[in-house]
Amino acid sequence: MILIRYVEQSLLRLYAQGLMGGTVHTCIGQEGCAVGVVSAIDRQRDMLFSNHRGHGHYLAYCGDIHGLIAEIMGLPIGVCGGMGGSQHIQRENFYTNGIQGAGVPIAVGMGLAERFKGTGAVSLAFLGDGTFGEGAVYEAMNLAALWSAPTLFVVEHNGYAQSTPSSLQHAGDLSRRAEPFGIPVTRTEGADVIAVFEVANRLLGQIRAGKGPRLLFLDTHRFAPHSKGDDFRDREELERINRECDPIQRLAAQIGADTYEQVRKAAEIEVDIVLQELGVQ
Amino acid sequence: MNTESYLDSIRRGLRGAMESDERVYLIGEDLLDPYGGAFKVSKGLSTEFPKRVLTTPISESAITGLATGMAIRGLRPVVEIMFGDFLTLCTDQLVNSATKFPLMYRDKVRVPLVLRTPMGGGRGYGPTHSQSIEKMFLGVPGLTVVSPSLAHDPGTLLKRTILESERPVLWVEYKSLYPKQLLNGGDELRIWQVEGEDGYPLAVVENFSGSDPDVVVIAYGGASVPLFESMRRLIPEEIRVRGLLPSRLDTRTKTPWWFSEITGREPIIVAEHGTRGFTWGSEIAAELNLTFFGRLVAPVRRLADADNVVPAGRGLEREVLLNEEQLIKAIVESIT
Ligand SMILES: Cc1ncc(C[n+]2csc(CCOP(=O)(O)OP(=O)(O)O)c2C)c(N)n1
Ligand SMILES: [Mg+2]
Repeated sequence: MILIRYVEQSLLRLYAQGLMGGTVHTCIGQEGCAVGVVSAIDRQRDMLFSNHRGHGHYLAYCGDIHGLIAEIMGLPIGVCGGMGGSQHIQRENFYTNGIQGAGVPIAVGMGLAERFKGTGAVSLAFLGDGTFGEGAVYEAMNLAALWSAPTLFVVEHNGYAQSTPSSLQHAGDLSRRAEPFGIPVTRTEGADVIAVFEVANRLLGQIRAGKGPRLLFLDTHRFAPHSKGDDFRDREELERINRECDPIQRLAAQIGADTYEQVRKAAEIEVDIVLQELGVQ
Repeated sequence: MNTESYLDSIRRGLRGAMESDERVYLIGEDLLDPYGGAFKVSKGLSTEFPKRVLTTPISESAITGLATGMAIRGLRPVVEIMFGDFLTLCTDQLVNSATKFPLMYRDKVRVPLVLRTPMGGGRGYGPTHSQSIEKMFLGVPGLTVVSPSLAHDPGTLLKRTILESERPVLWVEYKSLYPKQLLNGGDELRIWQVEGEDGYPLAVVENFSGSDPDVVVIAYGGASVPLFESMRRLIPEEIRVRGLLPSRLDTRTKTPWWFSEITGREPIIVAEHGTRGFTWGSEIAAELNLTFFGRLVAPVRRLADADNVVPAGRGLEREVLLNEEQLIKAIVESIT
C-alpha cells in the first residue's frame, strides 16, 4: 500500500512537471481495496480485469513499478511499450481497458473459459460505483449468475464518478444491485486491508468451490482528484476522510510504529531507485 | 457438382470447425434445437455438441464481451448476432476491446473471435432488420471483415476462419443468399477462384468465354445475386461482363492484392448493398484511381442501395435496394 502511494504521488508530481501526459487516475486512499483483494488471489492462474483506476491493482499484482511508470511516461520500455499509458495495462493474467463497464463481461468470459478448460481459475472484475450506469454490467451479471461463472466482482464504491456524486447518477441502493441476479454481496470497509483480504479470500474459496459468482462491495474514499485535474469536493469533508479513512494509517496502527517505519522506508527507497533509473528523480 | 445452398454450406463449415477443434464454442440467441437459430444456421449443432452451443439472453454487448474474454483465454468462440442491424450493440466491445487487445497489450494477446451475422434486405423485415451496416466496421484497425458471395465456398472459408484466425473477424452472411444454391459453373456463367496472400479468395465470374470483357463489375456478398442475374440477362445481348468478387472486404493496409486481375482497359463498376456513399465501394474506387491513374478508360461508377431506410413493403423495399435493372442499365450505359 505504501509503495502504491509513493508511486502515485510521484506520478502526480511528474505530471505537474510536464514529464507525462494523458490521464493519471490515482487510487490514493483506496489502496486497501487493491492490496486486500489482490493478495487473496492465486497470481499463477487467477485473472484480473482492472479499470481506469488500475495502478494499485497492477502493483499489487506484480510490483512492476518500473514498467508502470515508464508506460505512463510513454516510453518504449513501458510495460506495453508506451502504447497503453495509464489505462491500458496488460501483463500475464492482468488486463485493463479504459472503457467503463466493458471489462465486466470480458472478465466473465475469461472465467468461463477457464472453467470449461477445468483449470480452477477465478476471474476478477474491478468496477467503480459510477460504472453501475453501464448496461453491459447488468448483462454480464445476469450471464455470470446464469452460467455460474467463477467470477468475483469487486466494486470500489468511492461515492463519485469523475466530478459527479453517486446521488446525482443512481437511483436505489448500489450495494443491492447484484442480489436479484442471485449473486451474493458482501460489503466491507475498503480502508481495512486485512478485513478486505479475509473477505476476498473467503469469497474466492466459495467461487472455487463452484458456488458461482460473488460480489465484494468495498466502501472506500478517493483522496486525490479524479485524474490530475480539478477537485471541487468539499475541503472539510476531504480533510475528514483523509484523517479517518486512510488505509495506510489504519495499517500502521495495526502493525506498530517500528514495522511501519521499516516498510515505509523500504518503499520510499524502491520508488526513488526506479525514478533515478528513469532519470526523473 | 456442388449443389449446396449458401446456408447449408455455412452450417457445414460451423459443424466442421466444432468437430475438429474442441475449443470452438457457438454463442448466441435462440441457438438451441429444435429452433436452431433465427435463420436455422445452427440447426442440429446443439444436439451434436450440447456443451459447446450456448444459448444466451438478449445481451449482444455482453455476448461479444464474454466471447472476447473466452478468446483471450484460448478458446475459439463463434458469436451469432441474430440480425446484422444489432451489431450496433456489439460495437463498443468490437472497436474498443476485441480489436484493441492484440494491438496494445504487452503480451501478444490473441483474440480468435468470429462474429457471424446475417445482413441485408430482400425479405421484408423492415428498417431495423434489413440494413447492410458492415461499412461502419470497415477501417477499424485489427478487424478482418469477410463476406463471401454465391461464387465462393463459404463453409470451407468459415471453417478455416474459425480454426485459424488469431484476431477478431466480422463475418457477414447476406440473408438473401441463404436459400440460394452456390454458383458451381453448371450454368451459363463461368467461374473460378483466385487465391490471394491472405487466404480469402477472389471469385471471378464471366458470362462469356474466349475474349476480353466489355465491362468489369466488382461486388461482394449479397450484391452477387443481382450481379449474376444481370450477367445472365446480358448474354443474349452479347454484352461481356466479368464479375470480380472478393471475399474479404477490409483493405485498409494496402492496395487489394486482387487488383492484379484488373487492367483498367474496360469500364469498371463497383456494386454493393448498403446506403450509398462512404462505403466499401468508395474506398475501392479511390484505390482504383490511385492504382490505374491515366489508364482508366472511364471514371469508376458506383452503385449501392438508396440513401434511405429499407422499407418493409416488398415493392417499396425493391425500390431502395440495388437490383439487376439498375446494374443492367449501368453496364449498358458504360459501354455506349
Ligand atoms: C464508456 C465510458 N464513459 C465515460 C468514461 C470517462 N470516465 C472515466 S472514469 C469515469 C468515472 C468512473 O467512475 P467510477 O466507476 O465510480 O470509478 P472511479 O473513477 O470513482 O474509480 C468516467 C466517466 C469512460 N472512460 N468510459
Ligand atoms: Mg467512483
